[in-house]
Amino acid sequence: MESIIGRISQGKFWQFHGGIHPPEQKALTSSKPIKQLPLPIQLIIPLQQHIGRQGDLLVNVGDNVLKGQALTQSSNPMAVPVHASTSGIISAIKKSAIAHPSGLSELCIFIDVDGKDTWQAREICHDFTKLTQQQIIKKIADAGIAGMGGAGFPTHIKVNTKPDINFLIINAAECEPYITADDLLMCEQSEAIVDGIRILDKLLNPAFILIGIEENKPRAIKALQHATKAFEKISVCVLPTKYPTGGEKQLIKVLTGKEVKSGTLPIHSGIVVQNIATCFAISDAVIHDIPLIKRVVTLTGQALNKPQNVWALLGTPVSHLLKQTGFISEKNSAVTSPPVIMGGPLMGFSILNELVPIVKTSNCILAPSRAEMPSAFDNSSNEVECIRCGQCSDVCPSQLLPQELQWSAKAKDHQQLIKLNLFDCIDCGACAYVCPSQIPLVQYYRVAKAEIRQQQQFDLKAEKAKIRFEARKIRLEKEKVAREEKHKKAAAARKIAMSKRSADGGSASSAVADALARVKAKKKANEKTVSDSSTTKNDDSDDKSQVKAAIARAKAKRLAKNKVSELATINNAEVNTVNDIQVSINNEIKPVNELPVSSREKPSNSSDVKQENHSADDKKAKIAAAVAKAKARAKEKSNATQQSVQPLSISSDDDAQVTPIEADEADNKKARIAAAIAKAKSKARAKAKTKAKEEQDKQLKIERSEELKPTNEESE
Amino acid sequence: MNILIAILVLGLIAAFFGALLGYAAIRFHVEGDPIVEQLDALLPQTQCGQCGYPGCKPYAEAVANGEAINKCAPGGDDTIKKIANLLGVDVEALDENHDQDSTLGNGPTVAFIIEEDCIGCTKCIQACPVDAILGAAKQMHTIIIDECTGCDLCVAPCPVDCIEMRPIPETIQNWQWDLNKIAVKQLD
Repeated sequence: MESIIGRISQGKFWQFHGGIHPPEQKALTSSKPIKQLPLPIQLIIPLQQHIGRQGDLLVNVGDNVLKGQALTQSSNPMAVPVHASTSGIISAIKKSAIAHPSGLSELCIFIDVDGKDTWQAREICHDFTKLTQQQIIKKIADAGIAGMGGAGFPTHIKVNTKPDINFLIINAAECEPYITADDLLMCEQSEAIVDGIRILDKLLNPAFILIGIEENKPRAIKALQHATKAFEKISVCVLPTKYPTGGEKQLIKVLTGKEVKSGTLPIHSGIVVQNIATCFAISDAVIHDIPLIKRVVTLTGQALNKPQNVWALLGTPVSHLLKQTGFISEKNSAVTSPPVIMGGPLMGFSILNELVPIVKTSNCILAPSRAEMPSAFDNSSNEVECIRCGQCSDVCPSQLLPQELQWSAKAKDHQQLIKLNLFDCIDCGACAYVCPSQIPLVQYYRVAKAEIRQQQQFDLKAEKAKIRFEARKIRLEKEKVAREEKHKKAAAARKIAMSKRSADGGSASSAVADALARVKAKKKANEKTVSDSSTTKNDDSDDKSQVKAAIARAKAKRLAKNKVSELATINNAEVNTVNDIQVSINNEIKPVNELPVSSREKPSNSSDVKQENHSADDKKAKIAAAVAKAKARAKEKSNATQQSVQPLSISSDDDAQVTPIEADEADNKKARIAAAIAKAKSKARAKAKTKAKEEQDKQLKIERSEELKPTNEESE
Repeated sequence: MNILIAILVLGLIAAFFGALLGYAAIRFHVEGDPIVEQLDALLPQTQCGQCGYPGCKPYAEAVANGEAINKCAPGGDDTIKKIANLLGVDVEALDENHDQDSTLGNGPTVAFIIEEDCIGCTKCIQACPVDAILGAAKQMHTIIIDECTGCDLCVAPCPVDCIEMRPIPETIQNWQWDLNKIAVKQLD
């Protein structure tokens, strides 16, 4: 470790494999200060802005929120809260396009800004050294800080580690072209950044703190060196400019010469890497109690009149930012809207909707002109065959074999891709940048990665399904065995009882007498239940509910009827017939209702009625549909001039029989009308049915308690 | 005499090896047929029964006993290829009788119960091979989406036709890059 520090103090660093030197284009924005923007009219705050899970909502539509107020919370450690970036009223909580290459919608909170920018009550901490580690970690978690470099890993998890940390590396490399957000932040807020680093120092207690910064930011280097003068432990390491020095593993390699093994995290080698913007957010959160509600965003590209870095509130729509910087859209371009890229030119993605909000990880909005980036304007790819030049593997910072990967990705050979360590690819785009055949290699890798992840999900799901299937089989087997056991026991009990009785009575006559006595007792009990007031009342109400249901159905039907009143004649005829059916069905139900009260099958009483009712309902729908169908068919067949609906006759048993209908309809229209009526009716029926069902369910509950009595008697 | 010694020696050797083999057979005994387990691992575990067997494991057993390898519709050509690879037989096209029906053609689906129409008959619960339906007699049922394999075995038994197969909605988590849709950006 001493030798590492010795090397660093001499200004000697290691080198990672590969890398490229694309045109930097940072001069567009690096010389201008960070601009404060007027408040936008509306903020769109996605619930999830980082890796992990989204929290639970704390607010409702119409709530007034203050600046810095938490909008979500969660007990899950991987979830990070989001906060209101300014004061206002929540106008909606709905799905909206978010900053994701898919352009898919996710749940967002819409805040109508009131313009007052009123803060919630804050607790400013003047001396963070007095806070305990847990207090600081809680503050960081509550402030919703997620890594601001790109991946958005929740910071409080990264800083809450047990093992000894050798190196805390602050990533200030900012190696991607165009982006100067961190550069400007370091120039303007170096003191606050150093406070943040000291807070991290207190949490992690590393042996050394290294700030890795590329040499193309002289002003930032000077500012940092000045701010860190008083702290021995912190050393500013000025690194040669090369893309992608800012990659986590690459930066570790350059600074310490250590390589992080595939599949492990830097923490396993005693190294923690934090982004410089995250350090600023930490100092804001711990010292000033300001949650993560704003960040520096580089607005750049030649399509902008005034490219500049701005302080953007999280949730600000990109369109607002573009308007502020004078976005010149090329109207006569081939594509309908000029491309806007979120992130840098190498790793960013074009956004399809300008209402996409700024989130915790968005560091740059790039609006290139046609001359600057022609490939962004025309959708056709200039890809040609791979010529096996090998330049891609020369520049790959992860020392992979990009062309091998590309072939396997095209062939969808997932096994081979995993063998070639596809998941060590950091999506830096260096291979695609140097490719003379203009193969969009990174795109192939991204597709393959997503496919493999999905395949893994499917495998997991299949495994789960298998377990559940096996468990179900075992359960069914057990139930079967249990049932057989029960039957056996019951049979045995019956046998014993039989033999006992015959032994007791001695003769057949006594058994007969016994049976007679039992029958008598049962009769008595039956009479009792019939005369029992509660039972009769119960029965009455059952009838009532039936009547009520019928009334409700009739009402609904009348409503439907009114709607199509212009078609009165056909309609009336039909409704009448269906009403007739209903009446007959209701009549059917009633006897069933009354019948079993005194009969022996009391327990099955209510369920019988219900089933009857359901079948009746279904029957009606079927009849209505059949009527409509028959009409249409008849019309087709005969094309006759007249049509009349014959009354339907229904047999009393379950199978409703519809007599064939003589159709004499004049034109198509009538058939269609009939179909519409049938539909409306079935809808009304469905409504009535649910009502009736509810009432019946209530009834059922009461009845169940009543049923227990007779059941007990029978079992005796 | 010599011949007797030879017989004795050879006999002893035979007895020794016999004992060794017998011991090994007991010591290294494998429960079940390992090839069935391997086949089962290749199958998609939808337990849909489209192959004509009551689940993936029974089909795996049948394949191990010489059943055709091209009967798994949800697995498709990929699964057939893998099975062919494992068994060392030729790849066959998916059996037409077991072809994927059109409802399953557009990506994975899950069953959905239209809850206001459900009458609580429990028929779908009995049909579900993975117990992914929650409900009780005369109570509304619902599907546990995360557990549903999309086998559509519950659709047919429903007396009120309130179950339908719906495609899984696309979210950020399961979104797939589509190169044909997205223009590729590159800095020159």
